Amino acid sequence: MKKYIGVLIGALTLGSGCSSDQDFLNVKPTTILLLDDVYSDSRLVLSAVTDLYNRIPDLVKPSNMGLYASFDEAFASGDYGRHQNREYSYDDWGYWDYGYIREINLFIQRVEAATKLTPADKARFSAEGRYLRANAYFELVKRHGGVPLITEPLTYDYSGDATPLRKARAKESEIYDYVISEMEAIKSILPNTPGEKSRATYGLAVATKARAALYAGSIAKYGVNTPSVSLPNGEVGIPASKATAYYQTALAASQELINSGLYSLYQKRPDLSDNFAALFLDKANNPEVIFVEDFKLKSGKVHGFALDNQPRAITEEGERGGRLNPSLNLVQSYEKLDNTFAPLPINKGNANDYIYYDKQEDLFAGRDARLRGTALVPGATFKDRSIDIWAGLILGDGSILSGDKLGQLKTVNGASVQVVGLSGPIEGYDGSAQGGFYMRKYNDPAVGSGQIGTQSEVWQVRYRYAEVLLNAAEAAFELGNNALAASYMKPVRDRAGLVIPLTAGDITFDRIVHERKVELAFENHELWDYKRWRIAHIVWDGSTSDLTTQPGKATEPSTRVFSLWPYKVYNPGGANNNKWVFRKVLSGRVTQSHIFRLGNYYSRISDAIVNNNPLIVRNPNQ
Amino acid sequence: MTMKTFSFPALALLLLGLAACDKDNFEPPKSTFAGRIVYKGEPLLMQSANVATGNVSDFPVFIELWQQAYNNRSSIRVPVAQDGSFTSLLFDGDYKLIVPNGQGPFLWKRTAANNPDSLTLNLRGSQQMDIEVTPYYMVRSPQFTVSGRKVAGSVKLEKVITDAVNGKTVERVSLYVNKSQFVDAGNSILAANLAGSAITDLNTVNLTTADVPALVPSQSYVYVRIGLKITGVEDMIYTPVQKVTLQ
Repeated sequence: MKKYIGVLIGALTLGSGCSSDQDFLNVKPTTILLLDDVYSDSRLVLSAVTDLYNRIPDLVKPSNMGLYASFDEAFASGDYGRHQNREYSYDDWGYWDYGYIREINLFIQRVEAATKLTPADKARFSAEGRYLRANAYFELVKRHGGVPLITEPLTYDYSGDATPLRKARAKESEIYDYVISEMEAIKSILPNTPGEKSRATYGLAVATKARAALYAGSIAKYGVNTPSVSLPNGEVGIPASKATAYYQTALAASQELINSGLYSLYQKRPDLSDNFAALFLDKANNPEVIFVEDFKLKSGKVHGFALDNQPRAITEEGERGGRLNPSLNLVQSYEKLDNTFAPLPINKGNANDYIYYDKQEDLFAGRDARLRGTALVPGATFKDRSIDIWAGLILGDGSILSGDKLGQLKTVNGASVQVVGLSGPIEGYDGSAQGGFYMRKYNDPAVGSGQIGTQSEVWQVRYRYAEVLLNAAEAAFELGNNALAASYMKPVRDRAGLVIPLTAGDITFDRIVHERKVELAFENHELWDYKRWRIAHIVWDGSTSDLTTQPGKATEPSTRVFSLWPYKVYNPGGANNNKWVFRKVLSGRVTQSHIFRLGNYYSRISDAIVNNNPLIVRNPNQ
Repeated sequence: MTMKTFSFPALALLLLGLAACDKDNFEPPKSTFAGRIVYKGEPLLMQSANVATGNVSDFPVFIELWQQAYNNRSSIRVPVAQDGSFTSLLFDGDYKLIVPNGQGPFLWKRTAANNPDSLTLNLRGSQQMDIEVTPYYMVRSPQFTVSGRKVAGSVKLEKVITDAVNGKTVERVSLYVNKSQFVDAGNSILAANLAGSAITDLNTVNLTTADVPALVPSQSYVYVRIGLKITGVEDMIYTPVQKVTLQ
């Protein structure tokens, strides 16, 4: 018997070996997840949609906020080229990522075809995909006008002929209509959770709808002022007859969100300026913020805004900090508490006929609290330390003594005295407060945020409730209901300490523009707003105009950034010793005036894109 | 630097590199295409193309050449200088020349489909070609006078396109002053503006600037030019640059 056992085992081994031949090479990979795996587990689908969220195309992100200095909100302390270009390139602000849109289309298709997900998960993921897709089209239409509207993943059949994949540009209004209708369709599918800030929610869909309708309405209304910014088939430009309907949609959507009571203005701090700054920093039960790009320390997703913008006097990282300086153009736009506008009172007509202040910050007293919530003014503290912004000493004979190193000491009449602030400003000294101010909005006060190894986790706010109120106010104004507009502006202005209410008669186009300018500064609005109102070519008109004396007027040219430099009076024994004076300065680094040409209203679609798809028509005036 | 710092292998490599150039490189373009933008033979004067050349979309006024030999087409942008001339160094070949939409203070012929019409350019060696266009206005007989440090100028505006469809009104007339001979809306130290609504007679348009500021380094003369901004047209049309001496 024994001798057969070996044979039997051999035979069995061979037999079983043969039967599993086909599966032998079919080993599940352990390092990658296949499509079926991903779309059968809601946690993995969440990872997939997170990737799509991460790729939302914002024009300005915390890591590249220098772009604000290309217009008139800030001086770039270091990146001086921004003030030395006259023209904006036609290619600027372009975006053309149909790869992203294709991936979203595939995502939606796969979620809807998935069999192992719960119906609730499928509905939510699919709606999130639709939000991201509509948001990408919103970005495209803001930049390029009407674009090909692709809502299915296109597949090439390798036939050698790609022409079936070519789609012509849709009308500009059709893209806006698409965004509006998508938001309407998905708003009730998305969760109604105002505490959810980094995923699409009901509130976000309604807020996006309001913003898109407002943009479309203003392009329709103000497009008549720039008739050459249009294309005959409507790829660029929206007929004026559509304006009212869009404004009505914008107002209705804003009201829907306002009346839902889901969000409210952030009012947690007693000091109004601190409160305004905290609105962007407070991640715990923030009632105002609707949608953000979030960051988290030690997760790999951090940004260097605080690293690049910490005041130089208190920098935590050697020579870093102070790059973006709010401009005097912006700072003087914050109105006085009696709702009037005036340049900052720094002299009595002549630049050397100073007005003397006991404390630096006194110059900014009696103004909109958002000023000191947005900018760190001379005399302010940050991280509980003095930021020490002053440009030099004014001696008894009126001459100016300054230095070329931060906080430099010099000997005056035998005494060693500091002649310039620890944050500057010093002309041409990178990172010194050459604009006269530092950033407070978005600037992280946490200890360590200024270190390369730590950085900041302040989130970037994309949508917040105050904008919804201002959208409602603008739409109401454009529909002729000024009283309603004033009532929507009131809570935003109350929070800024402007408690004297505006009446219906006060509401003008200038007011609407101004309120957005000061409330939403450095929040990725100015360029889009000026484009849709068709005032970009008037404000940035290329003229070498001086700083306006009418900061409340929307169409005043603002082609160059001006700075405000404080000086300390050094005249021991004199009446004004140790008092502060200010000078308006045009930096020598600002050598050109910005001109926004008609061809800049819609970014260029590159020759490469047109070559691939000759159905694409080019944008006007380029 | 002494010869010692060159080692023999480095020298050999250098020589090899120089010799290699012969075979690798294309012939450079050698044909010059030049000309002027003219109206009835008279050049139209525009803003200078003196911006950085890195970004070709940044010329104030340009024309486009499209070479037809290749599938992937990309325009060659030819800037127009402030005296209305242009010049470009090209390979021989067949080109189409167009004036893109919205370029220049003039009208360019359009096709039935309302696209810019094209001119065929068969370049075989250098070629000179004036391009005839129809300006909205001509700025005629400029005269400048100086009193103290103020510059006064006068021009006559001749409305060339008068029909209701294409005719445009005057937005403003500006007198620009600059230290160098590049004078226009983008290059000026001083400007005087006169709104179109304030002009009663197109044949007598007078402007006077404020005092010319102190010039550093000091110079006793400035260059001046009057420009006309047409409503809804971005590019301005100018008078010739003139040098005037301050008193």
